[in-house]
Amino acid sequence: MSEELLRLKNLYVDYKVKDGYLSAVKNVSFTIEKGEIYAIVGESGCGKSTIAHTILRLLPDHNEIIKGNIFFNGEDINKFTEKQLESIRGKEIGMIFQNPLDSLNPVYTTGFQVAEGIMLDNVTKEEAWNRVIKLYNDVKMSDAEKRAESFPHELSGGMRQRVMIAMMLARTPKLLIADEPTTALDVTIEAQILNIIKKLRDDFGTSVMLITHNFGLVAEVADRVAVMYAGEVVEQGTVYDIFDNPKHPYTKLLIKALPRITKTEGRLQTIDGTVPRLTEIIPGCRFENRCPYAMDICKEKDPEIKTVNKFHSYRCHLHEGGEI
Amino acid sequence: MNESLAKEFLQSCCKNKNFILGFVIVISIIIFALFAEQIAPFPYDEAHPEDILVPPNAKYIFGTDNMGRDLFSRIIYGTRITLKVALIGAGLQLVFGVSIGLICGYFGGIADRMLTFVADLTWCIPGMIMALAVVTIIGSGLTNAIIAIAIVNWASYARMVRAKTMSIKNQAFIETGISFGENAISIMLRYILPNIVPILIVTVSMQLPGTIMSTTTLSFLGVGSQPPSPDWGLMVSEGINFISRGPWLCIFPGLALVYTVFGFNVLGEGLRDLLDPRMKSQ
Amino acid sequence: MRKYILKRLGMGMVLLLCVSFLVFSMLFLMPGDPVTIMAGPLVKAENLESLRVQYGLDRPLMVQYVDWLTRIIFHRDFGISYKYRIDVWSLLENSIPISLKLTVTTLIISMVIAVPLGLLCAYKKDTLFDRITVNTSLVLTAIPSFWLAVILMLIFAIKLKWFPLSGFETWKNYVLPISTGVVGGLASTIRLTKSEALDVLREKYVTTAYAKGLDTKTVLIRHVLRNSLIVITVNLFMSLPWLISGYIIIERIFGIPGMGNLMINSIIQQDFNVVQACILIITALTIICNILSDIVLGILDPRIRISVTGGDK
Repeated sequence: MSEELLRLKNLYVDYKVKDGYLSAVKNVSFTIEKGEIYAIVGESGCGKSTIAHTILRLLPDHNEIIKGNIFFNGEDINKFTEKQLESIRGKEIGMIFQNPLDSLNPVYTTGFQVAEGIMLDNVTKEEAWNRVIKLYNDVKMSDAEKRAESFPHELSGGMRQRVMIAMMLARTPKLLIADEPTTALDVTIEAQILNIIKKLRDDFGTSVMLITHNFGLVAEVADRVAVMYAGEVVEQGTVYDIFDNPKHPYTKLLIKALPRITKTEGRLQTIDGTVPRLTEIIPGCRFENRCPYAMDICKEKDPEIKTVNKFHSYRCHLHEGGEI
Repeated sequence: MNESLAKEFLQSCCKNKNFILGFVIVISIIIFALFAEQIAPFPYDEAHPEDILVPPNAKYIFGTDNMGRDLFSRIIYGTRITLKVALIGAGLQLVFGVSIGLICGYFGGIADRMLTFVADLTWCIPGMIMALAVVTIIGSGLTNAIIAIAIVNWASYARMVRAKTMSIKNQAFIETGISFGENAISIMLRYILPNIVPILIVTVSMQLPGTIMSTTTLSFLGVGSQPPSPDWGLMVSEGINFISRGPWLCIFPGLALVYTVFGFNVLGEGLRDLLDPRMKSQ
Repeated sequence: MRKYILKRLGMGMVLLLCVSFLVFSMLFLMPGDPVTIMAGPLVKAENLESLRVQYGLDRPLMVQYVDWLTRIIFHRDFGISYKYRIDVWSLLENSIPISLKLTVTTLIISMVIAVPLGLLCAYKKDTLFDRITVNTSLVLTAIPSFWLAVILMLIFAIKLKWFPLSGFETWKNYVLPISTGVVGGLASTIRLTKSEALDVLREKYVTTAYAKGLDTKTVLIRHVLRNSLIVITVNLFMSLPWLISGYIIIERIFGIPGMGNLMINSIIQQDFNVVQACILIITALTIICNILSDIVLGILDPRIRISVTGGDK
C-alpha cells in the first residue's frame, strides 16, 4: 500500500536572462510514492536538474520565478519561508549531486562535513562522529575511521560519492534526490552506488528521485519513470510501460537509440535537430521540429495529456498507432 | 565568415560602457599629445615674470607657476610625456616579457627554470624599491625611469606568456607544424603568438596604468624627468613648495594623471570583458 | 605539515642569499670606482688607495661577499653612513620601527574596512551598493598615492588646519599618512575579496551546505568566509612589502623619519651604504612575508600541504 510522498503540480520555472525569460520547466506534474525509485530521464538541458534544485529551492542564481505547487507530505513547500525550508533540507529531503569533488568543501574533513548535518539535530560531537563512522560502514566505505579524518581531495571519486550519500542519509530523510549521481564515475563504481540506492529503497523504505540521462540506469533501477523534453514531461509510467509500450515519439526514439547487442538492429538511431531555445513562447508542441510524426496541429496547439492506464500517460496529439 | 565575426566584435565593443568611456579618454589624451602646439595657448617653458603664481583665470586657465609658466599649457604638453612612457614602457616590457615567456614556455628545461627563477627574484623585491635601486645604478632621467619600471614589470608578461605557451604547445596543431619541419622560432611566431594576442592586449591594458603611475612617481621623487620637463609628477613635487600660495600647482597635474590612469583602467576593464569571455568560448 | 614548512623555509633561505648577493653586487654594478661610491663624493683623491684597503675592496669578490654578509648577520654592521658619520645600523634602528608601525597599522585598518565591504559586495552583487562601491574603487585606483597625500595635506593641514603638516611627535601626525595609505590600498583589497567571495559563492559545496539544512548565516561564515580567507590572507601578507615601498612617498611628503625617507635622502645624497642597507632590509622583509604567507596558506588549505593518496580505484 503506497502513499504519496512528493507531488509536483503544475510547476513552472523561468530563468531571467538578458533577452527575456527562459522557460526551463513548463507545467510539470508527477507524484512520487513512498518506497519507490522514480527516475526522471531526458537529455541535457531538459530541465530535470532544475526540478531537482527547485524542490529544495537550491537554485544558485536567486533570479528564478517559480510557480505551482510542490506538495511534500501534504504541505506545499513551495510556499515555505527560507527558515521552514531549512528544517526540511537534509532532514526530510536529501540531495546528492553529480560531481562529488566539487560538492565537498576542500578545507574540512569528510567526517566533519557529514557530522555537521547530524549535529543540527542536537547531537553531541562524539555521538555525531560515531554515527559518521557507522554511516560510512553502511555505505561500504573501507577504512571508515581514516576516511572520516581525510580531506575530500584525498579520496577517489567513488568514495566521495559515498561520503555524499552518507551525508545526505545521515538524518534519515524520506526522499533522496539524486542528480546524476554516477555520471562522473566509472562503470564499476556506478554499479556499487546503484546497489546502495536500491538498498535504500528495499531496507529503509526511502524514496529516491533519480535524475539521469542514462536510459540503461533507468532500466536497472527505476520503478517508475518520467521522460522529459525541453522542460516538459512528455511521458510517464512504470518502467515496464515505458520500455515495453512507449507512446510518445520522443520516448520511442530514445529507446530506439539505445545500443543493442544483436546485429540485426542495424545502425544506431539518432534524433535529428536540436532542442529549441525557450525564450520565446512558442505555441504547440516543443518536440515538433524533431518529431517524425509531426502534423499541422502540432505547430499550433499544445498537446493534451492522454492516459493509457493508472500510471501511464503521455502528452501528444497522436492516438494509438504510429510506428517508426 | 571573418568579416561577420569582426563586425559582431565591433558591435559588442560599442555596447560595452567601459570600453567606450576608456576609449574616449585615451583618444582625448592622444589628441592632446599630437596637437599640443595647436591646443596649448603657450609653450610649456615660456615664462611670464609679470604673472607669477597667478590663480586660474581667463588667460591662464589653470593658473601659473612660480616662474610664470601657464599650467594649462604645461599639462597639455605633459600628455606627450605620458604617452612616451606608455609606449616605450609597454613596448619594452612586451618585447622582453613575451620573448622570455615564449622561450620558457616552449623550450622548458634549464632555460625555463633559470629564467623563472630570475622572474621570481624580481617579484621578491617590491617594485618601487627595485626601481629606485636601478635608478641609483643607471642614473636619473625619464628614459632611465622608464627602463627601471620596465625591469620591474616585465615579469608579469613573461609569466603569463609562459603559462599560455605551455598550454598551447601541447595541442595537436603544434605537432602538425613540427612534423612539417618548421623550426622553433617559426612555430612560436606563427602558431603561438597569434593565439596569445588577445590576452596580451588585455594584460597590456591592465598593466599600462601601473606603469604610468610608477614612472610618474619616480619623477615625483626626483629621479625621473628633470626640470623643466612638463612631467605631471615633477610638477606636483615642484608645486609642494608653493602649496599655500598656489595650491592649483599640485591639484591640476594630479587630476590630469587621475584622468589618464582612470581612462586606461576603464579601457582595460572593457577590453577584458570583451576579450576574455571570447577566449573562454574558444 | 612540518615537511612543508621546512621546505618553504629552505627555499626562502636560498632566495634570501641570492637576493643578498644581488644587493651586494650593486656596489660593483654602479658606474664609477667602488671606493668613491662607498666613501662618498667628498672624499679626497689621495685617501682613495688607503680607503680601498681599509674597505677591503682589494680582495676577491666572493671573500668580500662572505665578509659583508657575516658582518651584517652577526654584527649588524652595515658600514658607515658618510653623511651622518655614524654607523648605518643606528640610523636603521630608529627608522625601521617607525615605518613598521605605520605600515602595520595601515594594513590592519585597511583589512578591517575592505574585507567586509568586499564580502558585502559579493553577497549583494549588482545592487546599488555594489555598483557604487565598484565604481568608487575604480576611481580610487587611478589616484596616485603621492597626489592623494598632497591633496589631503592641502585640505586638512593647510586649509582646515586640523593636523600638523609634518613631523612625528603626536598621534595627530599619524592620521594623514595612515589615511593616505589606507585609501590607496582599499580598492584592490575590496576587489580581490569580492572576486574571491563570488567564486566561492558559486562553488557547488555551498549548495551542498544549504542542502544539508544549514542556515544562511552558518553557510556564509563556515563555508564561504572560511574559504575566501585563503586568498585574502595570502593577499594580506603579500601587501606588506608593497605597502612599505609605497610608504616611501608618504614618508617623504609628510616628513616622517622612517626607512623610506631615509632611503630617498640617501639616494639623493649618494650615501651608498645606507641605500644598500635599506634595500637589503626591505627585500629580506619581503621574502619573509612570502614565506609566512606560504606557510599560512598551507595551514588554511589542506589541498596544498597534503598530496593525493590512492583510494579504492
